[in-house]
Amino acid sequence: MSIGKEFYRGFIKENPVFVLLLGMCPTLGVTGTAVNGLGMGLATTAVLIGSNIVISLIKNLIPEKVRIPVFIVVIASFVTIIELTMAAYLPDLNEQLGLFIPLIVVNCIILGRAEAFASKKGVGESIVDGIVMGLGFSFALTLLGSVREILGFGSIFGVKFVAEEASTMLLFILPPGAFISLGILTAAINKLTMKKGKV
Amino acid sequence: MEYIIIIIGAIFVNNIVLVQFLGICPFLGVSTRISTAAGMSAAVMFVMTLATIVTFLLQSFVLVPLHIEFMKTVAFILVIASLVQMVELIMKKVSPPLYQALGVFLPLITTNCAIMGVALLVIKKDFNLAESVVFAIASAIGFALALIVFAGIREKLELLDVPEAMKGAPIALLTAGLLSLAFMGFSGMV
Repeated sequence: MSIGKEFYRGFIKENPVFVLLLGMCPTLGVTGTAVNGLGMGLATTAVLIGSNIVISLIKNLIPEKVRIPVFIVVIASFVTIIELTMAAYLPDLNEQLGLFIPLIVVNCIILGRAEAFASKKGVGESIVDGIVMGLGFSFALTLLGSVREILGFGSIFGVKFVAEEASTMLLFILPPGAFISLGILTAAINKLTMKKGKV
Repeated sequence: MEYIIIIIGAIFVNNIVLVQFLGICPFLGVSTRISTAAGMSAAVMFVMTLATIVTFLLQSFVLVPLHIEFMKTVAFILVIASLVQMVELIMKKVSPPLYQALGVFLPLITTNCAIMGVALLVIKKDFNLAESVVFAIASAIGFALALIVFAGIREKLELLDVPEAMKGAPIALLTAGLLSLAFMGFSGMV
């Protein structure tokens, strides 16, 4: 397993957002700015790595029938840890992301990786999978957040590059802009992967 | 009057799917046919109302008196997951026809963030029990409205000649964007 290949898998080929269409709610809900997108992505990555480690460690102890509830409890515990940590150290970001932090628990990416990967593979591989998938998700959210912020506010990561009185396309900050930008981005990714013959 | 504001607000102004972005997965996933969209909406309405009542009671009679509000996320998701299982079992036993109609949607509902989202919103907005129930039902109606309208558009969309790269998710997302734009027209109403 080469690192480069793994990252290509997480960022493009099996990108959780653009290709697998998982975790759509936070993807659309918090990407008004690049910073929010990145923050949400990293919070999800932290939960994903944590839950992947714990689940791959205890996979042999969990009876087959109750595995989903066990996964959910593990994930929910990590979400609570992240929630409390963010409330303590990053109160502003926590306020901005609001409801979507506790909702990481129902993000299908995390349960999906637990079920499809961590519950079958060793700890090392699960950590790599958590990092790759988490960063792929963060990449997608940051990209979407940047596009929306550039078009909607004329700034990137909070740095404004157009004149103060310039009129920007506010639509892209509003909810419809989230759907439209993501639609165009997914179409672009589709086009790219199709050209390479790697559909 | 207060209730009317809650209802209009939850259905149109702050539509749970198109404005708040909760429950996007089923919104994109089960919206290819109007009939499945209607089935999913009914199942969501049922579970959402029930889950909101149970989590509300859990919050006010267990978590707050014991000062363990930080356990909210863990407690709520467990309650919702077991509630869905229970509803499934009871429905199978009591009303097989209803189970036939809604059964397939029930397992999907556990990971529907709209359910958990509404349960958390109710606590955040400091509603009382009656307001919470009204809010949950109205949110579910909002979900149903968005899902069924969207499914209706997607049925027509199938007949169109869409560019290769836009097929599937991209065109669905653009459609949802236009639908959301329409709902922006309601903003400022309440």
